[in-house]
Amino acid sequence: MKTARSRHLVSGAMIGLTYLAAILATLPLLLILTHLLRKGASSLSLAFFTHMPRPVGEPGGGMANAIVGTLVLIGIASVIGLPIGIGAGLYLAEKKSTPLASSVRFLSDVLNGLPSIVIGIFAWQFLVRPIGHFSALAGGVALGSMMIPLVTRTTEEMLLVVPTSLREAALALGYPRWRTSISIVLRTALAGIVTGALVAVARIAGETAPLLFTAFGNQFWSTSLREPIAALPLQIFNYAISPYDEWHRQAWAGALVLITIVLIISIAARFATRSRFGAPVD
Amino acid sequence: MTALPAHWLDKDRRELRLKESAASDRIYELLTTACALVVPALVVSIAVAIFAAAWPAFAKLGLSIVTSSNWDVAGGHFGAAPAVFGTLVSSAVALVIATPLAIGVAIFLSEFSPVWLRQPVGFLVDLLAAIPSVVYGLWGIFVLIPLLREHVMPFLRDTLHLGATPFFSGPAYGPSMLAAGVILAIMALPYISAVSREVLMAVPRSQREAALALGATRWEMIRDAVIPYARSGIIGGIMLGLGRALGETMAVTMLIGNRPEISASLLAPGYTMASLIANEFSEATNDLHLSALMAVGVVLFIITLIVNAVARWLVWSVARSRAQ
Repeated sequence: MKTARSRHLVSGAMIGLTYLAAILATLPLLLILTHLLRKGASSLSLAFFTHMPRPVGEPGGGMANAIVGTLVLIGIASVIGLPIGIGAGLYLAEKKSTPLASSVRFLSDVLNGLPSIVIGIFAWQFLVRPIGHFSALAGGVALGSMMIPLVTRTTEEMLLVVPTSLREAALALGYPRWRTSISIVLRTALAGIVTGALVAVARIAGETAPLLFTAFGNQFWSTSLREPIAALPLQIFNYAISPYDEWHRQAWAGALVLITIVLIISIAARFATRSRFGAPVD
Repeated sequence: MTALPAHWLDKDRRELRLKESAASDRIYELLTTACALVVPALVVSIAVAIFAAAWPAFAKLGLSIVTSSNWDVAGGHFGAAPAVFGTLVSSAVALVIATPLAIGVAIFLSEFSPVWLRQPVGFLVDLLAAIPSVVYGLWGIFVLIPLLREHVMPFLRDTLHLGATPFFSGPAYGPSMLAAGVILAIMALPYISAVSREVLMAVPRSQREAALALGATRWEMIRDAVIPYARSGIIGGIMLGLGRALGETMAVTMLIGNRPEISASLLAPGYTMASLIANEFSEATNDLHLSALMAVGVVLFIITLIVNAVARWLVWSVARSRAQ
């Protein structure tokens, strides 16, 4: 029989271990962020945002084309992913238990878990292989396909929070069903849906694997949808695995810019929902 | 109170409005249904696309794609066994490291954390999921690998004498299965801890109070009353983390060393299915090579599909039993 004393000792030790786990789990993030700040800030300059990449051996240069390329790719992905995702979310919230709804719910979760490189292969098969060359459009479609299931599920979740009485009130006033959905239900849940959209954008902004054989990357200035396009994550990858110190410095600067974009979007998303729950509904 | 608009009382116009709104309701319904149909269509076309493209390789090489370890592009041999092995081992290493940490954090946040720490710690752990994998890879190359090579690997091999076992023998190269496993552990951690935290929070208070009332210490309460209640949800979270780790591409490609050999030692470089595809796809020279890479994609697709489906089912079963 264990004594009460030893049982309390074990209990205290185990609780201590959970504190240790919390410290160890937050450590990598802090290490990565401080290292990025130290290495990235020293290589970051105005030229990084305004200049093109230079060939090996020439110091300086920037990633202007990659930054613009990433914005173009996010744009294409949002044009595809947001409307379809929000539409599908509306369907799920309104037709809760049709067979289509349950399979859409399950398949979005499956799609969310698919390796992003598999999505890249899919976009390559349909948009690169038949055409014969890489393109910004293929990259955007790959990223957009990743956004659809994310936006679908968050939209549904946010719409379910809207009280039924609100919908009933609108219908009782003679609003058609579609206007009730769009201008009452969707509008009430807007903050939450925007949050979901931001989270989705933050997630795809840093994706590299689906772009490897779709957008491909480009050393030159291009914003054409039919040409290969540069992207920040691709550029970071190529520079990081290169043997040149100058390119490593650029990779750190690029990573700092990328993570700043992603973190600002993530934190903005967090605050958008908080104010939704904090402020009284008017 | 304002008077009703005159035209509301006009019977003909009202009927017209009703008809119009019935038609626009129909259009609205069609549109949202079409959007919903995109999701299954996407899954089907992804499956069809990669199965169709992989078919020539399966027809020509059969199962030797996953059983043979001879990957020789020039000679037309495509055996990806080292990549399958590397995917499974690096993910296993990741889970061994991440699971206790993630569950520890989840227990800390749901049971013991001071209220003021709960939000910030939870937020910092969640943020790990927001960091792009290429940034993990960059940090891994320049910070994690030197750290492992100079300190951790010699410590494991020589100080702890684990070098005598096959798992930690041989020279410490740096890029290795261990490096990939550690980075995957960091990347899988937020997924496991988020799900675990949620299911732990959902355990009823009465469950805890009953255990304490019976004289359990706080740890015994967690071990005997809380964790059993949340078990299948936690396992679901671990499976979700596993799904992430299996399919992760960039960080692993940058850290694992990309050598298609099977080695028992975690200090040796290896390969994974995702990094094999990432490295060779855009340089594939002939159709069979391309098709073989697609076949590797099919294997990865099937494995992650099964892992994710089981994970979702486990998490859902907890949610359902809670609702009842």
